[in-house]
Amino acid sequence: MNNAREIQDIKGVSTWSAFCATLRRDLVIALKRRNDLLNPIMFFLIVVSLFPLGISPDPVELSRVSAGVVWVSALLASMLSLDNLYRADYEDGSLEQLLLSPQPLYFLVLAKNIAHWLISGLPVVILSPLLAYMLYLPSEAYWTMVLTLLIGTPVLSLFGSIGVALTVGLGSRGLILAVIVLPLATPVLIIGAKAVTDVMVGLPVGSHFALLGAILALALTMAPLASAAALRISVN
Amino acid sequence: MPTSQQNPATDPPPLIQAQALFCERDERILFSDLHFDLTGGELVQIKGSNGSGKTSLLRILCGLNEDFSGEILWKGEPVAEVREDFLASMTYIGHRAGVNRILTPRENLRWSASLQAPADDKQIVEALGRLGLRAYEDIPCRNLSAGQTQRVALARLLISRASVWILDEPFTTLDVHGVKNLENLLAEHVSAGGAVMLTTHHPLSVNCKARALDLDQHRINS
Repeated sequence: MNNAREIQDIKGVSTWSAFCATLRRDLVIALKRRNDLLNPIMFFLIVVSLFPLGISPDPVELSRVSAGVVWVSALLASMLSLDNLYRADYEDGSLEQLLLSPQPLYFLVLAKNIAHWLISGLPVVILSPLLAYMLYLPSEAYWTMVLTLLIGTPVLSLFGSIGVALTVGLGSRGLILAVIVLPLATPVLIIGAKAVTDVMVGLPVGSHFALLGAILALALTMAPLASAAALRISVN
Repeated sequence: MPTSQQNPATDPPPLIQAQALFCERDERILFSDLHFDLTGGELVQIKGSNGSGKTSLLRILCGLNEDFSGEILWKGEPVAEVREDFLASMTYIGHRAGVNRILTPRENLRWSASLQAPADDKQIVEALGRLGLRAYEDIPCRNLSAGQTQRVALARLLISRASVWILDEPFTTLDVHGVKNLENLLAEHVSAGGAVMLTTHHPLSVNCKARALDLDQHRINS
């Protein structure tokens, strides 16, 4: 076996297997660190359940703000977990290895973003009907809310990734991450929350979904490229 | 397109050629007009005092640092044009080992292999065994010592099958036995036609063609 160790150029692995391996790696890390997995969900639950206490337990008032509350909480929960995306990899040097892979960085970054969404975004989507029920969201708006979150939360992960990639090399980041990411995320928040409130008053919401879909398509194609470029700058 | 050029009798062409490298950091010139070749079948040790730019040079070579001027050629072509081919044939191990603390050595190497060159489980176990980590395959890396973590990173060299190894202080944190082991690996790789470029403050005793590149003098001593 040892003398078969040949030294030659190897056109390595397929991009697809590198993509899958990166996705699996990030999911395994998240599963082994239960805190990372539970933090966004717990945060989402706590923030949403504070609103009835802070505003009023009155069903009419709550149902009016419910869509916005769920959406804002989902946005904040996504932001809370963003730092995990590249921080540990930057500190232990795995990020350098990622950048030195012959595979296109676009797909590796995309794999990491999808992993982040599966860990922090999808649980929020799944949990949202329960919280909507707590906030007296009218039942006809449930599906709209779940669907807007399903389209919107991946966008939050993808755009958030750009902000983290830009700031990962900075020692003290403080609020700078929020300053970068929130402007990118607000269109999604506005359209998502508006779609839910429109459905509550019986307005058509097709255009909202079209816009959200367009933003998701844009984010899927452009955001990983921007993240990749930002990562290269950060490790420089 | 694997171009196998296993011809130890004649001199292999230079794998890496650096031409007129210039690097400045914090308004201090680290090196200027630096020329050198790295050919298959030799080990180049970069020497220099602390802060002389050894790490910067290695990071420039592998493309992590872009704050420099000059040209780097891979097999005679500008590295930017053949970057994929270059990255597939190069393994870099820096100060930060690139080993995730939560994952086990096996999981870490599996990911590394998927990024660069395919390796099955048997090869991974074998590589870890050669570096003295047998029976540590499935222990989370946070439970390993610094030296053992470094060995996990070094195991990447064995599974990557890259022809160029770029190593930044690979001997730090290794024990006497580990140092000997790594020196043997380096010699074996170089004898088989590979190229190694490394920095170290440890007196190197390898049984292969080796020379030094002294950044303090900006010239190559044979």
